Amino acid sequence: MVKQKIVVIGNGMVGHHFLEQLANRPERELFDVLVFCAEPRPAYDRVHLSEYFGGRTADDLAMGKVEQYRDWGYDLRLNDAAVGIDRENKIVTSASGASVAYDHLILATGSYPFVPPIPGHQHEKCFVYRTLEDLDKIQAAAKDGKVGVVVGGGLLGLEAANALKQLGLEAHVVEFAPGLMSVQLDEGGSKLLREKIEELGVTVHTSTATELIEEVDGGRLRMNFKGDKSLDTDLIVFSAGIRPEDSLAKSAGIELGERGGIVVDNTCRTSDKNIFAIGECALFNNFIYGLVAPGYTMARTAVSLLCGEAAEFNGADMSTKLKLLGVEVGSIGDAHGRAEGSAAITFVDEQTGVYKRMITDREGKKLRGAVLVGDTGDYDTLLQYHLNDMDLPEHPEQLILPALDGAAPALGADALPDTATICSCHNVSKGDIVGAVQGGCCSVGEVKDCTKAATGCGGCSALLKNVVDAELAALGMEVNNDLCPHFPYTRQEIFHMVQVEEIKTFDELLHKHGSGKGCEICKPTAASIFASLWNEHIHEKPHVGLQDTNDTFMANMQKNGTYSVVPRIAGGEITPDKLIVLGQVAKKYDLYTKITGGQRIDLFGARLEELPEIWRELTDAGFETGHAYGKSLRTVKSCVGSTWCRFGVQDSVGMALTVENRYKGLRSPHKIKMAVSGCTRECAEAQSKDIGVIATENGWNLYVCGNGGMRPRHADLFATDLDDVTLIKYIDRVLMFYVRTADKLQRTSVWLENLEGGLDYLREVVIEDKLGICDELERQMTNVVGTYQCEWKTAINDPEMVKRFRQFVNTDEKDEKIVFVEEREQRRPATQEEIVKIAEPA
Amino acid sequence: MSEVAITRTEWLQVCKRSDLVADSGVCALVGGRQIALFFLPEQEPQLYAIDNWDPIANAGVIGRGLVAEIDGELTVASPLYKQHYRLTDGQCLEEEEIKLDIFPVAFEGDDVLIQFDQ
Repeated sequence: MVKQKIVVIGNGMVGHHFLEQLANRPERELFDVLVFCAEPRPAYDRVHLSEYFGGRTADDLAMGKVEQYRDWGYDLRLNDAAVGIDRENKIVTSASGASVAYDHLILATGSYPFVPPIPGHQHEKCFVYRTLEDLDKIQAAAKDGKVGVVVGGGLLGLEAANALKQLGLEAHVVEFAPGLMSVQLDEGGSKLLREKIEELGVTVHTSTATELIEEVDGGRLRMNFKGDKSLDTDLIVFSAGIRPEDSLAKSAGIELGERGGIVVDNTCRTSDKNIFAIGECALFNNFIYGLVAPGYTMARTAVSLLCGEAAEFNGADMSTKLKLLGVEVGSIGDAHGRAEGSAAITFVDEQTGVYKRMITDREGKKLRGAVLVGDTGDYDTLLQYHLNDMDLPEHPEQLILPALDGAAPALGADALPDTATICSCHNVSKGDIVGAVQGGCCSVGEVKDCTKAATGCGGCSALLKNVVDAELAALGMEVNNDLCPHFPYTRQEIFHMVQVEEIKTFDELLHKHGSGKGCEICKPTAASIFASLWNEHIHEKPHVGLQDTNDTFMANMQKNGTYSVVPRIAGGEITPDKLIVLGQVAKKYDLYTKITGGQRIDLFGARLEELPEIWRELTDAGFETGHAYGKSLRTVKSCVGSTWCRFGVQDSVGMALTVENRYKGLRSPHKIKMAVSGCTRECAEAQSKDIGVIATENGWNLYVCGNGGMRPRHADLFATDLDDVTLIKYIDRVLMFYVRTADKLQRTSVWLENLEGGLDYLREVVIEDKLGICDELERQMTNVVGTYQCEWKTAINDPEMVKRFRQFVNTDEKDEKIVFVEEREQRRPATQEEIVKIAEPA
Repeated sequence: MSEVAITRTEWLQVCKRSDLVADSGVCALVGGRQIALFFLPEQEPQLYAIDNWDPIANAGVIGRGLVAEIDGELTVASPLYKQHYRLTDGQCLEEEEIKLDIFPVAFEGDDVLIQFDQ
């Protein structure tokens, strides 16, 4: 079979989406695919570009990994721009001299930032805001500066202003038009946005035209505005809109629009039927779509057509919801009410700073557009009315007015048609979600995995949950949150009962609130709750039968029934003397030794009866239990920080020690890991931990609820530039709130995903003390910290407890069935085959 | 030539009541065989003796498992891969064909006795 050749020019988000969509189809096999990419790295997430300043790395933002492209079988040519198209012979040539034939050519060349031709705009301190390299340059220039100016008060301009603020500059926005975000917002919305942004310390200059940029004494820049005003600054970022990157198409004689842009029809084909154009380089109906979602739709259209299916691109909705410098902004449809016969309903609350305006038809039946500033809670509902052309309720103003009786008239999932798009990033309809639930997905998480809904920008999470819940209810499936057959309560409810009634034993709990005799689910859960609240030794009589084997013997059982021993090495810092002790103990008991991923030393192969002796030696040398066996704090990983590292800005080891010593011994629903990095290079990988701390010039950034493991999740940035005391205070509160409210064995990431209101709610609880419980959370943590004991130290000094570690209660003989063999100069458990061989020598 | 195996069933004193751990398990070595003993003071009977060898995990660890009630029946959950073995007859609830040996066991004063074939 001769495969058809697809050449893709450009590897931005839209080009990547095209390749990803194609890779997931069976027809993929019919094509040879080659990609030209002018940038040094494959596609990355430009929508979240600003987070690069917030600690996310180029890797975090990457969408197309080189390995992924290799797995897909694509020929990816990085750092090699396409420079010519020979349409007659269907050949593309590249900067490196490659010359490649195509059957189908995809132009995904994107756009470039428009820089107004103001004299002086070429100065080396003038930048654009488009690529990671641009951001690197801005960051470097900001180092010695005090003031930064963004030219352009649109969506991206405001984001750039926020970035300058984050870099520690005094930020200004200069906009030619009379208002900010004039495309998306009406006058009222724009005015309120301006007020809010100025409150945050960004100076806004509207109706301001720059006539000249000149260098003044001392190397700074002076912007001369029309009308004799001027502003001195250290750098300027242009964000005055985009222009389609159409030069390659132009030189190949492909039809362009009057003001640029590659003209495409509703199949995304250009004037040459073998050539598609998708994304921001394409001009459809005389319009360039500067959002990623329409670009994705174009990409999917092109993939479908290449695979022989009928598909059309018929324009896209430009509604947007976003948070700019912490201000919520939403714009739907015809925000300005420009269409004839429009009527508007406006709600303004000057006290709280909320502006909402709905544009309807004259009869008030259909929603044509809306503007929301300060509160976008109604966005999802309004958007669905608009996109699905649904009839508005009798009193449409109810949709934006604050609900007096507390019950907001949210749009029920039932009211939406099956065709309603719930997730526009991945084009998932209500029908797709209903289908997934009917196909066996029983939770929002499963539906996410299955349909990819809410995995893009995440803006549709709440609506997705509504649809999933409604469908589950319709199927008669009640989600059962009972802990186990013995307790018809959730872990959180049991936690509260134990706390309020001061229950100290499992028997009491079972008699009061449960039934039967308990099981391996409720017993360890109860033990964990008792430990979190009362912090008694797990070998106290009432608790000993509740523990899983690891907790019972305070070591991790390994596959042959022996245990591993993991002493605490806080922050990964250890003295040579202690290292030697570990080596001596390991040698004496012939333990296999391995450095763990959490910067500790694992000693494997200890027999049950050896554990107390080993721990006596370790305790004598000053070691404490590492709780490697418990659902509790494991490790706090650290880099060397400012003490040794030439880049470190804070003492990350010191902070890691503080944190680890504070929370060691805290029993929790799931194991907890933390890390502290001394600078944004993030060598401690703090963003993959439950609690991650990254040093900044001004203090610490706190990340929460990340994890590695089976389903990795990046931690979310929770608060920035904290001092030591506030950092600890917030961690106390987050952890204790988690310990109290999480489900059994629920890790922080899943807990956060299931927390209604998500990260914002967590911030309200922990930072703003919305529930008024922060004192209590801190008190409880103080209690746990204050009652800490090294469980091993207590155990080896209590003969009754030591008795528990006998292999046999009636003899000192050893378990002969434990067999080791040697490998790489250490011993390991023998496999079954090896044991048979040893037993029956040939 | 045929061999005749002679077995004698005997009650053997294994350990003291104080060697047991309430609501949990310990292990004894009886006639070269590892036997897990569970002492559940609130249950009737109070004592259970079951093979310590977990045939699924291939390790002698049953005595270190957690006692769990499943559908009204007392079981021990193997600490390695969490299969449940019924304390009364040794039946594995997850694998029908797997069943552990159990042994008659009783208190005599402070002594723990096991009936064991030798």
